[in-house]
Parts: sequence; C-alpha cells; structure tokens
Amino acid sequence: MVKPFLALFFVLSFLGMAFNVGAEEQSFEELVAELPDTNFKTLPALLDKFAEQDDPRTAILLTNLLGGDVYYHPRSQQVITMTKVQGERQFIDVLTSEVIAEPSGVRLRKVRVNNSVRSHIRQLQAQQNISDSNPDVRLKAVKNLLSDVDQISPQLLANRLQKEQDSDIHALLSAIAALHELDSGDESKQLDAINTLRGNLQPDVRIALMQLQQRDALPETVRDALNSTLAGIETQRKWYGWAENIFFGVSMGSVLLLAAIGLAITFGVMGVINMAHGEMIMLGAYTTYVIQQAFPGLIEYSLLMAVPAAFLVSGFVGIVIERSVIQFLKGRPLETLLATFGISLILQQLVRTVFSPLNRQVAAPEWMSGSLQINPVFSVTYNRLYIILFSLTVFFALMIFLKKSSLGLHVRAVAQNRDMARALSVKSNWVDAATFGLGSGIAGVAGVVLSQLTNVGPNLGQSYIIDSFLVVVFGGVASLWGTLVSAMTLGIVNKFLEPVTGPVLATIIVLVGLVFFIQKRPMGLFPQKGRAE
Amino acid sequence: MLAKLMRLSSVQRVVSILAIVGIYVILANTLFPEGSFFHVSSYSVNLLGKYLCYALLALALDLVWGYCGILSLGHGAFFALGGYAMGMYLMRQIGDRGVYGNPELPDFMVFLNWDSLPWFWQGSDSFVWMIAMVVLAPGLLAYVFGAMAFRSRVSGVYLSIMTQAMTYALMLAFFRNEMGFGGNNGMTDFKDILGFSLQSDTTRLVLFGLTVVILAAAYYLCDRIVTCKAGKIITAIRDSESRVRFVGYNSASYKVFLFTFSAVLAGIAGALYVPQVGIINPGEFSPINSIEIVIWVAIGGRGTLYGAIIGAVVVSFAKTRLTGIMPEAWLFALGGLFVLVTLLLPKGLVGLFDKRFPAKKNTTAQENAA
Amino acid sequence: MTPISSFLRFAHLPQSRVEMTQNANNKTPEQLEGHHMKLKKLTLAAALIASSLASSVTFAKDDDTIKVGVLHSLTGTMAISETTLKDTVLMMVDEQNKKGGLLGKKIEAVVVDPASNWPLFAEKARELLVQEDVDVIFGGWTSVSRKSVLPVVEELNGMMFYPVQYEGEESSKNVFYTGAAPNQQAIPAVDYLMNDIGAERWVLLGTDYVYPRTTNKILEAYLKANGVEDKDIMIQYTPFGHSDWQNIVSDVKKFGSTGKKTAVVSTINGDANVPFYKELGNQGISAEDIPVVAFSVGEEELSGFDTSPLVGHLAAWNYFQSIYTDENDAFIAKWKAFIGDEDRVTNDPMEATYIGFNMWAKAVEQTGTTDVDTVSDALIGMATPNLTGGIAVMNPNHHLSKPVFIGEIQDDGQVEVVWETPGTVRGDAWSDYLETSKNLMSDWSAPMNCGSYDVVKGACTGAK
Repeated sequence: MVKPFLALFFVLSFLGMAFNVGAEEQSFEELVAELPDTNFKTLPALLDKFAEQDDPRTAILLTNLLGGDVYYHPRSQQVITMTKVQGERQFIDVLTSEVIAEPSGVRLRKVRVNNSVRSHIRQLQAQQNISDSNPDVRLKAVKNLLSDVDQISPQLLANRLQKEQDSDIHALLSAIAALHELDSGDESKQLDAINTLRGNLQPDVRIALMQLQQRDALPETVRDALNSTLAGIETQRKWYGWAENIFFGVSMGSVLLLAAIGLAITFGVMGVINMAHGEMIMLGAYTTYVIQQAFPGLIEYSLLMAVPAAFLVSGFVGIVIERSVIQFLKGRPLETLLATFGISLILQQLVRTVFSPLNRQVAAPEWMSGSLQINPVFSVTYNRLYIILFSLTVFFALMIFLKKSSLGLHVRAVAQNRDMARALSVKSNWVDAATFGLGSGIAGVAGVVLSQLTNVGPNLGQSYIIDSFLVVVFGGVASLWGTLVSAMTLGIVNKFLEPVTGPVLATIIVLVGLVFFIQKRPMGLFPQKGRAE
Repeated sequence: MLAKLMRLSSVQRVVSILAIVGIYVILANTLFPEGSFFHVSSYSVNLLGKYLCYALLALALDLVWGYCGILSLGHGAFFALGGYAMGMYLMRQIGDRGVYGNPELPDFMVFLNWDSLPWFWQGSDSFVWMIAMVVLAPGLLAYVFGAMAFRSRVSGVYLSIMTQAMTYALMLAFFRNEMGFGGNNGMTDFKDILGFSLQSDTTRLVLFGLTVVILAAAYYLCDRIVTCKAGKIITAIRDSESRVRFVGYNSASYKVFLFTFSAVLAGIAGALYVPQVGIINPGEFSPINSIEIVIWVAIGGRGTLYGAIIGAVVVSFAKTRLTGIMPEAWLFALGGLFVLVTLLLPKGLVGLFDKRFPAKKNTTAQENAA
Repeated sequence: MTPISSFLRFAHLPQSRVEMTQNANNKTPEQLEGHHMKLKKLTLAAALIASSLASSVTFAKDDDTIKVGVLHSLTGTMAISETTLKDTVLMMVDEQNKKGGLLGKKIEAVVVDPASNWPLFAEKARELLVQEDVDVIFGGWTSVSRKSVLPVVEELNGMMFYPVQYEGEESSKNVFYTGAAPNQQAIPAVDYLMNDIGAERWVLLGTDYVYPRTTNKILEAYLKANGVEDKDIMIQYTPFGHSDWQNIVSDVKKFGSTGKKTAVVSTINGDANVPFYKELGNQGISAEDIPVVAFSVGEEELSGFDTSPLVGHLAAWNYFQSIYTDENDAFIAKWKAFIGDEDRVTNDPMEATYIGFNMWAKAVEQTGTTDVDTVSDALIGMATPNLTGGIAVMNPNHHLSKPVFIGEIQDDGQVEVVWETPGTVRGDAWSDYLETSKNLMSDWSAPMNCGSYDVVKGACTGAK
C-alpha cells in the first residue's frame, strides 16, 4: 500500500527538483523544529522536505535518524543527537552541530522511527548516493534500488550507466535497465533484456522474471528465452544451495571440534571424565565478557585479547582442579565423574552469584559481523568463516605442540605408559597438571568463540557437554584426528538431514545412527592401537 | 526387637529395616493426630515415597554398575519409560473429566485434533496391560540395546556414552508432539488409579506401602542374584571380562540378562514414581537426570546394594531441604558434598560405617570395580 | 518464618537425634560385631530422616505474618528468566511492608528453588502450601511448570499468580493468569503485520512445546480465515536451546525472496533466541525486508546481546519499559534502586507480577482475610492501575484485561512502541479460533463457577 505511494512521491519530488519549483521552501531550522511533533505517518513527508534542501547537516541527521539516535528535550524542544563514542555518551545539538552537556533531570524523548520510515530514509539516501564519489556507497545505493527499480528514472539510469566505471556497479545498473525493458512490451527489447539477465542470480531479478512468466500474453520466443533463463538460474541456485549446506555443516563441525578438542585431551589422553568441561567453556566466554567490560574502547581487538586470556583463566582453573581434586583420584577414573560433576555445579552457581543469572552481553567486533557475498544467492557469514579457520588453526597448533614440543612428548609418554614414563624420570604429576590445564585452556578458547554465537550465561557449558562427549567417543578416544573427522562428519550429516527432517528429527537420527555405528566399531572411528581392553 | 534383628543376615536386615520404616510411617501417619510429635504428615509420606522410588532406581543402577562394571548413563530412560506406561494408564483413567470432556482421548490429543487413539495407546486403559508395559517397554529396550552392545563388546566409556546418547535421543523424541506422548508438558493432572482417588491420603499411603514392599522385594532379588553362582561370574566379569570369556563363559549373555533385569527394576520405579509425584514428562529422559542416579550410587557406596539406597535417599533429602533452606546457594552445598565424598569417602557413605567398624569379609567386594 | 528460622528449626531436631546416636554408641560394647553397629546406625538414620521430615509440621505456626510463597527457579535453565521475577516479588513485599504490611501484619516472602525441574515444582508447591502454610504463591514460568503445580494448588485449595504469557486453553479456580493469553499478544501482532506492514507470506517459527504449538495453531487458523493460502505459510519447530540456525535462517531468506512481503512470527523460547537473532543479523536479513515479531523476547532477553543488527524487528507485549508514564518511571527507578544496578531493565512479566501482587494485596485488604475462597471472589472484578497508564481488571475467567503494544527493537536494547490497541483487550482462556475450544468459556463467579463451560452443550466439561 505504501510503496506505490512512495514511488509516486519520488517521481513528483524529482520533478520538483528538476524544475526547481520549491517556492515556499522551509529552512533547515524550521524543519528541525517540526521534528518533535511528528509521528510515523507525517515523518516521511517531513524528511522529503529535508532531502529537497542542500543543507550539509541533512545527511548527518538522516544517518542519525536511521540509527535512532535523535532525541528532543521534552520542555525546550531542543533537538539533540545522542551517540556513543568509545562507550561514552555524547550529546550534539542538531542545529549548531556542537557538543553539549548531558541535559539533566529529564528523560530525553526520542524522535521515533519505524521500519517504513527507515526504509524511506534509505531510499532517500540511495537517491543521493547513487552519484556519490565513493564506489562502495554507490554500490549500496544501487543495490537498494534494485528491489524497486521504478524509483530511478530511465534518464538518470542512462546517465549513470554512461559514467559508471566500476564494473560491479555497472553490471547492476545494466540489470536495472534490463528490468525496465522487461516491462516495455517490445518483443526484441524483452529478448535483449532476458539475455542480459541470463545467469543473473539477484533474487529481485528472479522475482521479476517469474512475474513475467505468469503473464498470459507473451510471444513464444520471449517465453522460450524466459524459461531457459529461469531454468539456468534455478540450476545454479541448486548448486549453491549444496555449497551452502556443506559450509553450514563444516561450520557446525568446527564449533563441535572446538568444544570437544579440550575434552579429547582431558578425557582421551588422561582418562578423566571431566563433567566440568562445559564450565571451562563457560569461563572462557565470561572472560571475553570481562575483557570487553575492561576495555570498552577496544571492542575490535577484544577477541584477540580474549583468546590468550581465556586460555590462561580456564587453564589455571583446570590446574587448580587437577591439583586439588583429580590428582587424588588416580586409578579411579569413574569417580572423577562424580567429583567434576560437583565442581561443575559449584562453578555454575559461582558464575550465577558473581555475574547474575542473566545472560551477559558480548559484542561482536565489526570484522566478525555481516557476510562475505560470493554471489547473490551464496554468501558466507564472516563469523562462521573465521570460526572455521580458527578452530582448524587451534587443532593443528595442538597437533604440532603434542608432536614437536618436549612437554607434548611427555604428555604422550604418560598417556601411553605412566610407569615407564616415570621410570624415565618424567614428572608424571606435573605432566598431569599441565595436560589438564591444556585441555581446560582450550575449552576456554572455545568459550571465546561460542560467545560470538550463543548466550553467555551460566548454562552455556551444559548445552555443549553432551555433544562434546559424543564427538570424542565417535572419533575414538585418544585420537585427535578422530575428533576432527567425527566433528566434521556429525556437522555435515546434521546439516544435510535438517532441511529434510527438521532439526529435532535430524538430531535424533544422528544419535541413533551413532549408537548403531558404535556396535559396528566399538572403539570409534580411529581406535587406539594396542592390546584389547 | 532390635536384638533379634541383629542376628539376621544382611538382606534380612535391610528388608526388616524397610518394613520397620514403612510400618512406622504408616502408623504414625494414621494413628497420631496432626500436631503430635510422632505424627508423620501426608506430605512427608509422599516425599518419602518419592525417595524410595529413587532408591529402587539407584538399586537397579548399582546392580549393573557396582557388580558388573556397566556404567549406564541412560538408566533414567528406563525409569521414564516405566513412568510413561503408568502415565498413559492414569491419563486414560481421567476419562471424560478432562477439560474438553472427551471420554476416549486425553486432552492433549483432542487439542492436536487427533480423532482416534494411536495404535500404541491401545489397551492402555487396562491395569494389567499397564503392568505388562511397565515391565516390557524398558525390558525390551534394554534387551535390544544390551544384546547389540554386549555382543559387539562395546564397553567402558563407549558404552556409557552410548547409553547417554540413547536417553538423549529418547528425550528429544518424547519432546516432539507428533510422538503422541504429550510433548514437553508430558502427562499430568491425574485423577485416580483403579478407581481410588490419587488425592486421597489413603491412596497415597497405600502407594507408599507398595513402594516399600516392592523395594524390599527388589532388594531381596538383587541380593539373591549377586550372591548366587551366576552373581560370582557377574562380579568376575566386572573385574576381568576377558578372563571370564577365556574360561569359557559367554559373558555377553550374563550382561544382557543383568542389564535387562536392572532396566525392568528402573521401569517399575518409574511406574511407582508417577502416581506419587503427579507428572511425567520428557525431562526425566534428560542425561543430567541419569547422571544424578550415578551420583546417588557413588555417594551411597557403589557395590553395596544398601549403599545405593542410602545414597539416593540422602542426596534427594538434601536436595529437598537445601532448595528450601538456601535456595540461592544450595548448589554450592550439593556440589561440595559430591567433591568431599569422592575425596574423603572413596567407598561412599557406607564406607563411614565400614571404616570405623570393619565388617567381616564381604562377598560383594568392590575394590577392583572399574 | 524466614528461611533462616526454618533452617534453625531444621537444625534443632537432628541435633538431638545426633546426641541420641552418640549415646547409643557409648553404650554399645566395642566387641559388638560391626554389622550390628551398622544395623543400629541404619535404623537410627532411617528414624532420623522420617522424624525430621515429620518434624517440620509439628511446630506451631507463626501467626504474626502473612506468608507469600515465591516459586521461581533460581538454578537450572530457567533461572535466567525467573530470578528477576523472584526479585520483583521481594521488591513488592518490601514495599508493602514499608507501607505497614497487610492487615496490620508484616508480609514474609518464602523463597524456594524448584531448580527448573518440573516434578520439583509440584513438590515445592506442596511444601509451600503444607509446610510453610503460605497464603498465596507467585510463581511459574514455563507451561509445564504451571501444569505440574496445577493439581497441587487445586487439591490443597491454594492460590497462585502466574505472571507469564501463555498458550491459554486452561482455567483453574486456584490460578490467576496475569500474563497475556494468545488473543492479547499473538492475534494483534498478526493484525499489525497484515494491515500495517502488508505481510502476505508467513513463517511461523517456534520451539517445540505447547505454547508455540498452540499459538501457531491459533495463528494458522486465523491467517487462513483471512485468506492466506497454505503455500504462503511455513511452520518450523526447533528443540529447546537450539543454537545452530544457519539452515533455518537461510530457508527463511529463500522463502521470503518471492516478491511477496514476508514476515516471521517467532515463538522461539528464551535461550535459543540469541543465536537465532545473531544468525539473522549476520545473514543480512533486515527488519525492512523480513520483519520478525517475537512473543517471548523482551527487554531482559535483549539486554543479553548486542541488538544493533536487529533494529526494527518487532516484539508484542502488554508492557514496555520505554513507555512514558509516571507510574512506569517510578517503577523503573524503584527497581533499579532495589536491585542496585543502573543498567537493569524491566519487562512484561515483571509488570504482570506487579499487577498480580497489587491486586492480591488490595483484595486481602478489602476482605480483611487471606482466606483463599474469599480473596478469590474479591479478586474478580478487581481493578488496579497498570504501568502503562491504564487500568488492569481481573475478569471472571481469571485473566486480565490488558492493552497490547507492538514495538520495534532499538539498538540500545529497548523497544519503542509503534502500534497499540485503542483500549484494553480481555484475556480469553479458550481460543475462539480453535475447533476444540471455541464453544468453551470460563467464569469463576457465581452461579457458573466453571473453568470450561460448553455453551453449546450447556454443561461444565471439566471435572470440577
């Protein structure tokens, strides 16, 4: 209902601009004074008046409105923007553009915007930005126009097409031009347009083509071209759908890998059933939170700082647990289950007491947000991409550490034959503590990653402990490679089942499959070599 | 009376104590007026009944873990299956007193627009059928799972994690509304059993008495199993399975039998639990619940049947009291208890008695338990 | 009695028992065989447990206070949401006591922890009513916790206030529902999306339990009645705590790229929301393309993560912290002072608790007693101010009349109202859009006194 109206409005306002008939134009100051009295219905019209002006403050005001940062004083009606600069609130008078002190004694009222106002602002920005000198801004503007191609006049489009140097933007502009032609009704023009759009994966293009396909009166040639073009697009979409699924699976697998790999060490190498493993992950996530609180200006680097910090915190707690409890339970591996379960309860409640039972807010740095657009139907989110890379890095670093370092050698030696290792003067006590600390530390690192994906709360660990045990056991206890393969397998299988069966049934099928698999291979994918039992 | 008791054998002692507690509670509840020092309130009877169901469950787990080294992290599944069998029966007893007034279908089915009972609900209104299901459902699952796992020689942590996967999968399955077991809400608001109102104190007392009797009987049976010749082989399997196999015994069949028997006990515990607690839902399948059972046994003292009972009662009692007394800090206390017991009392609470008063050589030794 | 005094009471008895045990030890000849000792100890231990269980009720009841039971999980998965409500009740009790209590007595809150464990909810409810003898219970969050408590409060004729939005299809004589019924949240939200946003295609996403199932069923029926076709509705359920939303969000994106305006109605529960919204933001689904309206996401859930990618997504509730009224400003200030944290937020279930507590207090004051039946009767028709500038009224079906607000999420985690109902909406226990319940109504005032009255058959279908 709103859209045709908007389009009409734009055409009119364009005409207005072109012939410069803005006789009774209001000043920027007058328009700002009207802001406090607007509502969702009247605000767009007011904004159009702003856009008609050349005032440089308009662009800033629009951006701030988009961000919901524009307020007014309930009594003086002074319009103020409130933004956070490095965690500190900053107040700026809209008219003077000067920083002012925080108005005291009142709750500032907000100039409220809703979705339709926001998309209106975006269109206004797009109109202006299509000629911007920055190609990124232009690209964004053109993409915005693609969803409603009628908003750009053929003249302006032709003009831009001529001037545009950037090939990506040029291609998009041509697509818009072609979409214009689709509606022309001229057979040869339509055919040309369809050919231009062949292989174009923009969802808006596909929608336009599908809408054209619905029409009854189409020349045979156009219909053929249309059908083949659409078929080509569908095939491509299907392929990219598969690629997407594989990516989803690998990404889920790498989360499982990170969560499980610490356990593979404490459980696989040391034989300790560490029920507090999940809480080590949780501590890592809380470390990220604390780091972000401590350095509010360094959100962009917070994760990089959190990785070593979480490793140290969880590792330290791990060593404390090993020294104070687990070392006394040697030779009674199953009782570690009981003790560590108790520890996990204590840690959970400790976090609840210290940080409150509510979830804590961990911000995502800019570079972890958004997605890498490979093409219009296939994009990978940056956070998942980095997590895959990160978890593989951790995995291989750990492999190298165990293979090449002397501590790694000792760890393996103690795992294989404790008495013999001791006879060769390996300090097995110390190695045990270090191993447990290492496993816990890596769990802490997993917590940093999970803080980017899920809730940072006292229950964080609980939701990953069962999955972690399954991954380790499926891969074969004491085999790091097994952990890698099993995490990836479980992730990918899950993600391919999910679209067919739904997420609940997918998990059930995977679990039942796992139970049957273990009957066939009672020691997991990569059984430990050596004597039976 | 006490002097007489002391001359009894171990199993007779436990059974007698159960009988004494049972009779004491029932008499104290009915004979003494409310407000009297000796009166045991219906609330307490109810609570004690719940603990004893847990005790039966712990007993079942101790049988396989303490005597055969099978650490099942999925015994909650058998308990829940028994509970569901009972829940289905109780659900059907509601009849047309549900909110939608449908004489045939439970409320949640009416709500899901089902027009007839699914096949697996057939017969669920019969008490005898219910009893059969309480035994068969967990028994069959345990038999199939055990037969597969033990024949393939899945053991140790692999087995533990597989049992956990089993109960986890069942939990997810029972959460699904399509399964026809009431989804996340499970079954609740039961009215009566065999025509007796579940709200009446008498019914509660009878249920409590029944729990005591069944627990005593189960204890007797378990004791017979672990002390007979087969029991020696079972303990031998725990201590060194390969040797038992080399000697020529088919260790898998012993394990399958014991596992199945234990699952049936767990199922019966679940069936007794549901009418006393008033709700059964998929939460009972959750892996954490199964781990808790292991904790009871470990706290009480693994490898001694009465230890399992003590552990279940003590931990549940602690939980009841602590969640009321210190609602915000009880996890510290409970967690601390677990750590301390493991560190200081390797044989669990029963180790306290044994340490100060070393008993005569016990046939149900636990030293080598893996 | 306070929790501490009940602790003392608990501590008292076992002490005397322990002495007994020791005496018995002293008398026992050391030559006595170990298992005899064991037996004795076991007998004593059993007696100890049985007696200390019994002990709790044998003490005289404290008559100088009015007891309020608080049955909210403080540990386990639901602690995230429920702890806040426990604190809200404590704040209300505190405030009432500052005003001089009720009927000249102090109010005492008895807090227990049902630990997000459903059978434990029933046990604790029984403990509150029988052992602690509380006059009213404030508690519950999940449907299953309420279902678990329900038979207990009905059996013991207790009174409970349930402060969370729920699926309806229930009406108990002993429960007062101060949260929203589906017609006070879901239906208005869909109306808004349909009429103001112009949504034509619908994705109904929910966690697989009874509240989303019911809400989605009602919405599906409602959408179809409004001419939406089957192919334009996609329904998907996920398990509790679902954390990997990649596929589903991508499916939603594909479902929404057909040119028709698409909207998502989310009944995703608590924990699963954060990963869902994060995935939504990262896959670039903006509120302007595909708005998501959520029924279980409020200020408190939003305070747990960075909301800047979510600006413009919607929430439907009966209260928002951002609403400017004097009552609300005062409530927010009081809450922040009580909890000692300037950044804490308020939310809808807190308002529901506020209304419930005030209504109960007013009813007790009016009738001069805490007797459940008398207070229940007085509660029907009771009106107290809500926090959004209106009046909450308790209807005969034990549900409130409430205004409905639709708000858009802002980057500071607050929700700005973009639409509201002109007046209040009466809570409907039995949905009119469901085949099974459209003939049912609930009225707990005389002469009907029935929670599920079939208007066609002219009979009360429930047991009571």
